[in-house]
Amino acid sequence: MSKSNIKALEKDDLIIVHPKKVKQESAIAHLKYMAVGVFFGIVFVKAEIISWFRIQEMFRLTSFHMYGVIGTAVVVGIISVFLIKKFNIKTLSGDKISISDKTFTKGQIFGGLMFGFGWALTGACPGPLYAQIGSGFGVVAVTLLSALLGAYVFGLLKDKLP
Amino acid sequence: MLDFIQQPWHWSIAGLFIGLTVPILLILGNKPFGISSSLRHICAACLPSSVTNGINYFNYNWKEEKWNLFFVTGVLIGGFIAAHFLSDPEPIQIAAETKAQLANQGIQDFAGLMPTDLFSWESLGTLRGFVFIVLGGFLVGFGTRYADGCTSGHAIMGLSNLQVPSLIATICFMIGGFLMTHFGLPFLLSL
Repeated sequence: MSKSNIKALEKDDLIIVHPKKVKQESAIAHLKYMAVGVFFGIVFVKAEIISWFRIQEMFRLTSFHMYGVIGTAVVVGIISVFLIKKFNIKTLSGDKISISDKTFTKGQIFGGLMFGFGWALTGACPGPLYAQIGSGFGVVAVTLLSALLGAYVFGLLKDKLP
Repeated sequence: MLDFIQQPWHWSIAGLFIGLTVPILLILGNKPFGISSSLRHICAACLPSSVTNGINYFNYNWKEEKWNLFFVTGVLIGGFIAAHFLSDPEPIQIAAETKAQLANQGIQDFAGLMPTDLFSWESLGTLRGFVFIVLGGFLVGFGTRYADGCTSGHAIMGLSNLQVPSLIATICFMIGGFLMTHFGLPFLLSL
C-alpha cells in the first residue's frame, strides 16, 4: 500500500470513527429532561397509572380509566406529531425534528406477549416502575433489578432469538 | 388549589399530559419518548466492560443517550413528590367487580396503589411474592427489550407516529396481559 493510500485510509477512518458529532448537551442541559421526568412521574402517581389495581381493572375490562388515559395520550401524540411535521417545527436549538421509523421484528410479537405477562404481574410498565419506587414501594427496586437482569439476558441472547 | 391537585386526576387530564410529553421531548432536543430503553442504558453504563465485552447489544455509546437516564431519574423523583406532598388521603377507588374478584383470589390489602400482600419485603420471601416481583420484573425487562419498546415507546410514541410495528406490539402487550390476568393469575395468586 502506498503512502498516499494509507493517508487516504486514515482520513476515511477518522470520518468513520468520529461521525459528524451531534451537538452534545451538557449535564446542566440534561436537567430539563429530568424536569420533564419529574412532571411525568407526578402524573403517573396522580392518575393512578402506577396502581397495580388500575392495571388489573384494565385487563378485567371493569374500568375505562386506563383506556381513557392511553387513548387520550395517543390522540394528543398523533396531533402533536402531525403538527410538528406539517409546520416543520424545529427543536429549541433550531435542529430539525426527525423521528425514526420502527422496523418490524418478531420481537414485537414474542417480546410484546412476554411484556404483557409481566405487565399483568407487576402492574407496571417500565415508567411506572421508577415512579412506584419513588412513591415509597421500596421492594419494587427488586422488580427493577430483575427487569435489568431481563434486559441483560436479552442482550446475551439477542442474536439467537427469532 | 392544593386540594384540587391532591384528588386523583381524571383520565383525560392524565392522557393529555402524557400525550404532551411526546412533543415536549421532541422540541426540547429531538428525543423520542420511550422509557424501556433506559434498562439497556443502565446495563451498558453500570456493567463492567469485562461483562459486556462481546455483547454487541451493550457496546454502544450510551453517553449519547444520557438524557434518558436523567428522564427516568426525574420520574422517580416525581413519584416521590406526588406520593409525599400531593397524595390523596382517601383509599383508592377500585371497580367493585375487580375488587370482589381479587378478594376472592386472596388479595386483602386494597388501601394503597399496590397490594402489600404481593409487593412488600415480607412477600418477597414467599413463592407468590417471588413470582410477582422477580419473575414479573424479568418479563418486563426481557419483553420490552425484545419488543424494542414498551407502553411509552410503542403504544404512545410509536402510535403517535402511525407506526404499524408499534400497533402490532401494543396489541401483543394487551393480549399478553389478558392471558396472564385471566389464565395465569387465578393460579399464581393462590400460590
